[in-house]
Amino acid sequence: MSESLLRLEGVHTDIAQYHILHGISLDVPAGGVHVLLGRNGAGKTTTLRTIMGLWRARQGTIRFRGQDITAMQTPDIARLGVAFVPENMGIFGGLTVEENMRLAAHGGRFDSQRLRHIFEIFPAMEKFWHNQASSLSGGQKQMLAISRAIIEKRDLILIDEPTKGLAPAIIRAMIEAFREIATETTILLVEQNFHFASALGQSVAVIDDGRIVHHGLMSDLVADQALQNRFLSLSMEAN
Amino acid sequence: MSTVTISNPITTTAQRRVPAGRLFVYAIVLAIGAVLMFAPFLFPDVRAQEVAARICVFIVLVASYDLLIGYTGIVSFAHTMFFGLGAYGTAIALKTMGPGFDAILLGGSLGVLASLVLAVLIGLLSLRVKAIFFAMITLAAASVMMVLASQFFEYTGGEDGMTYTIPRFFSPANTLIADENGKAIRIFGVAANGRLALYYFIFLSSLVLFLAMLRIVASPLGTVLEAIRENEMRAEAIGYRVVAYRTSIFCIGAVIAALAGILRAVWLRYTGPDVTLSFDIMIDLLLMVVIGGMGTMMGAVIGVVIMTLAQFYLKDLMASGAAATSNVPLLPDLLNPDRWLLWLGVLFILLVYFFPAGIAGTLMGKGDHK
Amino acid sequence: MPKNLSSIFERFGGVMLLPVALGLIAFVLIGRPSTWITLTAAGLAMGMMIFLMASGLSLIFGLMDVLNFGHSAFVSFGAFIAASVLAWSGVWVSGGNAGLNILALMSAIAAATAFGALAGWAFERIIVKPVYKDHLRQILITMGALIVAEELILMVWGGAPIPVPRPAVLTGSLVIGDVAIEVYRIFAFVLGLAVYIAMHLALNRTRIGLLIRAGVENREMVEALGFRVDRLFIAVFMAGSALAAAGGAMWAGYQGLITTAIGSEMMIMVFIVVIIGGLGSIEGSLLGAILVGLMANYVAFLFPKMSLASNMILMMAILLWRPFGLKPAVKG
Repeated sequence: MSESLLRLEGVHTDIAQYHILHGISLDVPAGGVHVLLGRNGAGKTTTLRTIMGLWRARQGTIRFRGQDITAMQTPDIARLGVAFVPENMGIFGGLTVEENMRLAAHGGRFDSQRLRHIFEIFPAMEKFWHNQASSLSGGQKQMLAISRAIIEKRDLILIDEPTKGLAPAIIRAMIEAFREIATETTILLVEQNFHFASALGQSVAVIDDGRIVHHGLMSDLVADQALQNRFLSLSMEAN
Repeated sequence: MSTVTISNPITTTAQRRVPAGRLFVYAIVLAIGAVLMFAPFLFPDVRAQEVAARICVFIVLVASYDLLIGYTGIVSFAHTMFFGLGAYGTAIALKTMGPGFDAILLGGSLGVLASLVLAVLIGLLSLRVKAIFFAMITLAAASVMMVLASQFFEYTGGEDGMTYTIPRFFSPANTLIADENGKAIRIFGVAANGRLALYYFIFLSSLVLFLAMLRIVASPLGTVLEAIRENEMRAEAIGYRVVAYRTSIFCIGAVIAALAGILRAVWLRYTGPDVTLSFDIMIDLLLMVVIGGMGTMMGAVIGVVIMTLAQFYLKDLMASGAAATSNVPLLPDLLNPDRWLLWLGVLFILLVYFFPAGIAGTLMGKGDHK
Repeated sequence: MPKNLSSIFERFGGVMLLPVALGLIAFVLIGRPSTWITLTAAGLAMGMMIFLMASGLSLIFGLMDVLNFGHSAFVSFGAFIAASVLAWSGVWVSGGNAGLNILALMSAIAAATAFGALAGWAFERIIVKPVYKDHLRQILITMGALIVAEELILMVWGGAPIPVPRPAVLTGSLVIGDVAIEVYRIFAFVLGLAVYIAMHLALNRTRIGLLIRAGVENREMVEALGFRVDRLFIAVFMAGSALAAAGGAMWAGYQGLITTAIGSEMMIMVFIVVIIGGLGSIEGSLLGAILVGLMANYVAFLFPKMSLASNMILMMAILLWRPFGLKPAVKG
């Protein structure tokens, strides 16, 4: 992993007076889906938010394509080609689906080819194009959030628990969609659903108590029952 | 959010070592207390006694305000409304029933009761929404009360307020201890008359109220309130009923403010908007709390003393400054005692920027982990 | 209320029906149609002027979670600047030339608005910016700034009431049958309505408007999409302050005589309006302002002493029913 797209080195983050991340070091290579596993409160969301500049790292560095982005403002990080899909999806409920998408499109204009591609992956988006986003179902909102992240070409997409609260049938569709999306970009995925994570992930990092406790290939973790017992009990016990 | 790394946030009381700054603050406060205790003997002139009595009452008022803003983190602009209710209740009763302790008791109780009812109403209505709503609502409520007080002038005396007589026991003509000629004996040159009794009535009542508030902040309730202030969501998650706690402290603050209003009304023998309800008094309270240090009872004492002394004596200084510079452009305008509030405002902004912990807070090292 | 009843209520315009209901109740209580029309016109005009002052505050809060307790300082400055400009305009204001009359009034409003925008910019940079995200200090510091601003007004204009000359063309009343409506009220209503429509279009038809609406809902997400919300916020702050000053200028012309108390009087009105309407939406501000304007005028006629208190009671009642106001864009 010499050529990493995103690299975290010894990142510490505090939220108010609480010390949440205790020196996270992480390499995300370019291309494919990379998974961050961990139980509730382990610091997964904090890691994503720190990368995005929504919370400040107190110590350590974050590099994106070699550039130090640790102290950069969120909008500037976004403009480097990083998209963020938060756990609550960050949908603007008072806006229509189209307006939600338009905000993310460069200059407010759509690339019709990309838009068609998105409609192929998520047909529901075309169907509800003029609807108020707040009227969408949970799964449709998640589709909108992901569509919004890929309406422009991004180099890295940070996605926080996309399967949370979704029906199994929708999760299966999501796996297909993610595979499709990952052909042209890199996804850093925070997950608790191991089935979903293992179906997509190339590499996996397990985070606990604000530290990375395991880092390796997803295939190794899937094959090694002992490792799974050790780390998945960590990551799943909260469920 | 992580719950794993959180130790116990409520460990401040566990600190055993008393730092020098803290000792220094306690020493200042004790010295102030001692001076107030012997004020009639130390400063026999009338104006100084008025200053001392005002300081006593305002320490109670500011400390009760600090219970809200400093200890609980709720910003209310209705504190002078409660203060005014106590004062007006007493004043109206004294005016209609004549001078007697029964009038003070009845009018004062009604004022306190009205404060309590209003506080419960406002609290339940608005403390469940954002702090900022609360600030707006209390400001609106206080303004409405002010308008009502001036419109119903047949009961309140309107803008002019009202004067009344207080029980004869507190009048200078009342002799507490008579010498052989039937005149009040002098203790260290101070006549032992009703005026002296009145001062000690104010002083002791204030002291009792202040100690009661010290007790409240040291109690489990105080600890809970601080936990709520630090992290409302977490407090809610732990299972504290945030709204109930906030409403109860708001009520306690309101009742104490109304009691302070009674003291003020009895001492002044006059009640009007400019000494109780007015927005200027509210600004004074804010300044006193911020100067002294939010979230420290000791700060209330220090803030009140500094502000009150400045109000009584610095204005004179400004006036002489304006006179001395009368042929310089602009300067006399700025030094005009009427511009006093301008400088307070500037000072206030600077304080909130640079010393949000105030004097006591900074000395006691509370500002460190902000 | 039962489900089917509330859905009927929503179909017929929902909370937008409240001013109509208020008007009907007042009609029954007042009894004389001509009086009722005069009061309603006064209430609508007053509501529109308060809307100018309140809408900016509401948007500023919605976008950045900043509550500016010093907002009413812009109202005061607007009023006093307009009064001075009108006084300097001399014969333009009082003369019979309608064009010059309007020009003088427009330049007074323009001067107030320009000052509001500039002062808003300075205020945001110096006073508000250092205390983003800290409500307690925000309230305290903007309150401190309000004190300073009011003292500056006292220093410049003195404490005595200042008469505001009204342009000749806008004096007098429009008389239809036994109904008389002051011309200035019609003017205020039309101007307020025009500003509302302009704001509505700007928010719903432009990209900046789209960003503002999105930012009011979820500022972080707008930033994560690559937009500098803080820059957007300065613009909104300036616009909000400018509108407050314009509202103050209009109000000065309406009152004819202004004192330094104008700021604190209007601040209470504005707060009641944004609480009733819900923070972050201009529709809510409009609704709240109209309700407050109507209520103030009806009650001032029916029970003169209860005018301000009635709006307070209205606010309390609405908060009991809807804790976030009638049409909030942000909850909490």
